[in-house]
Amino acid sequence: MTNAALTTENLAVTYTGNREVEAVKGVSLEFPENELTAIIGPSGCGKSTLLKSLNRLHEIQPNVEITGDVTLGGRSVYDTDEPVPELRKRIGYVPQKPTALPLSIYENVAYGLRIHGECESKAELDDRVESYLRKVNLWEEVEDRLDTPGAELSTGQIQRLCLARSLAVEPDVLLCDEVTSALDPISADQVEKTLESLKAEYTIVAVTHSMDQAKRLADEVVFLYLGELVEANDVRSFFENPQNERTREFVDGSRPVEDDDDSNSDSEPTTASVSPGR
Amino acid sequence: MDRYTEQRLFGALARASAALVVAVMVLVVAVTIVRGGIVFLTDPAIAITPPGSRYMLEGDGGFLHAVLGSIFIVGPATVVSMILAVSTAIYLQSDYSSERFSEVVNMFLNVLWGTPPIVYGVFVLTVIIAIGARTSLFFGIVAIAIFQYPIMTRYTDEALRSAPDTVKEATYGLGATRFETALMTLRAALPGIIAGIIMGFARGVGDAATVLFTAGRSTNMPGGPFEPATTLPVLIFDQAMSFNAEVRSHAYAASFVLIIVVLGLIVVSKLLAGRYARYTPGGRHS
Repeated sequence: MTNAALTTENLAVTYTGNREVEAVKGVSLEFPENELTAIIGPSGCGKSTLLKSLNRLHEIQPNVEITGDVTLGGRSVYDTDEPVPELRKRIGYVPQKPTALPLSIYENVAYGLRIHGECESKAELDDRVESYLRKVNLWEEVEDRLDTPGAELSTGQIQRLCLARSLAVEPDVLLCDEVTSALDPISADQVEKTLESLKAEYTIVAVTHSMDQAKRLADEVVFLYLGELVEANDVRSFFENPQNERTREFVDGSRPVEDDDDSNSDSEPTTASVSPGR
Repeated sequence: MDRYTEQRLFGALARASAALVVAVMVLVVAVTIVRGGIVFLTDPAIAITPPGSRYMLEGDGGFLHAVLGSIFIVGPATVVSMILAVSTAIYLQSDYSSERFSEVVNMFLNVLWGTPPIVYGVFVLTVIIAIGARTSLFFGIVAIAIFQYPIMTRYTDEALRSAPDTVKEATYGLGATRFETALMTLRAALPGIIAGIIMGFARGVGDAATVLFTAGRSTNMPGGPFEPATTLPVLIFDQAMSFNAEVRSHAYAASFVLIIVVLGLIVVSKLLAGRYARYTPGGRHS
């Protein structure tokens, strides 16, 4: 393992609404620098909650209680005098649903730079907007209509716009919440390629529901089940040699059923959900 | 009765209700436009001519005083009400307000919305008497602003509520402050807010009951904020009861002006809202 950029210590998140739900139960993890860590697990197992608690984003909703700590580069995220916005600038977040801010394409990317007062001149702003749009492979598609509404792009383009927007504030860590789940396969593929290329420069934590995606993209995999950390390992060991019984079941469940000898591990796992014990 | 007869029956019922509503609306608008239009178009100057000394008796001069009264009363009232309404709605939707409090406030706003405008008029009149003032343009503004407030607040609140949560999340995720996020949410809700403000203005400009007791039913040009004034709806109310046919015909002309202004406002609000809706997620389709 390389240096851990982001670590959690005994992080627990509890929703204290009408019904008390402990969504994340004492998770201790290390997210290595400049690698992509995928958080996988069944629906409702606390993946998104864990992700949002990494940059205190859950604090915008009421009735959430949190214990434990998160540290970024050795500094506590929770026990700090630093204003939360400054912290969220360093730990960026890309929502699951592709969301263009109600601004033009240009202003979507420029927004973060503007609120943090990063660009002195219009020319510098232009340059940076272009460079981030290039980074997510969107520039060629939008360069002649930068002043049109961001919301008029296709869903896949909007998601890449979201990535560019998040990158523009130069975060150390990028949190991605199932960023391809709302996209068609082709757009999803483009976003994946973008993430792939961003890995070298950023520490990325990505929640995903797709085991295949984790396999393709991740360096490290974290398996969460009912709010508990079951297993965290590098991608090869995780899929080829899972240590935990539950991980093995989960990983096997997503594999194509080996009904004949020449099992093709690359095929779609469509048969998996109908096969066991029916 | 078999299912398909049932379906046809309800279909027919729905169409009949719709036709009835549309027919009534078309009739009102058509009568106003035709009868008012004839009077107005033969002498459009009546809208910009000050009333003569015996205007309410014999219809000499025009109704500029009511046009100006409407502008001077409803304009400022809309601005004041808009500021209050948008602030309230932001507060209700923000993290500063508890859900319970928002619910209670919304319930009161609904009650206020349903309150007949004459009640606001009488309320402000009571205040005027209590403080020993007299009816004037200023109190007309107060009454109209109170009348518009629940309408605009509910529209704005609804617009903010339907602005996608993800806009909020995405904005916070970029390191925005609460204030910056509130502004962004406001922007996302802009089409609905514009619609609400223009609806508030349209309702305010068309309402007679609130200003009837508060602005003073003046038959002269408005003289200042603490002088009596009148508005178009009050003028129409007074003129329509006149014995003089000439004065009654002016009521139609004034109605024509009023209805054209309100229709115009609604068209403007649609255009503006459509313009901003392009920027909101999924806005193209809504």
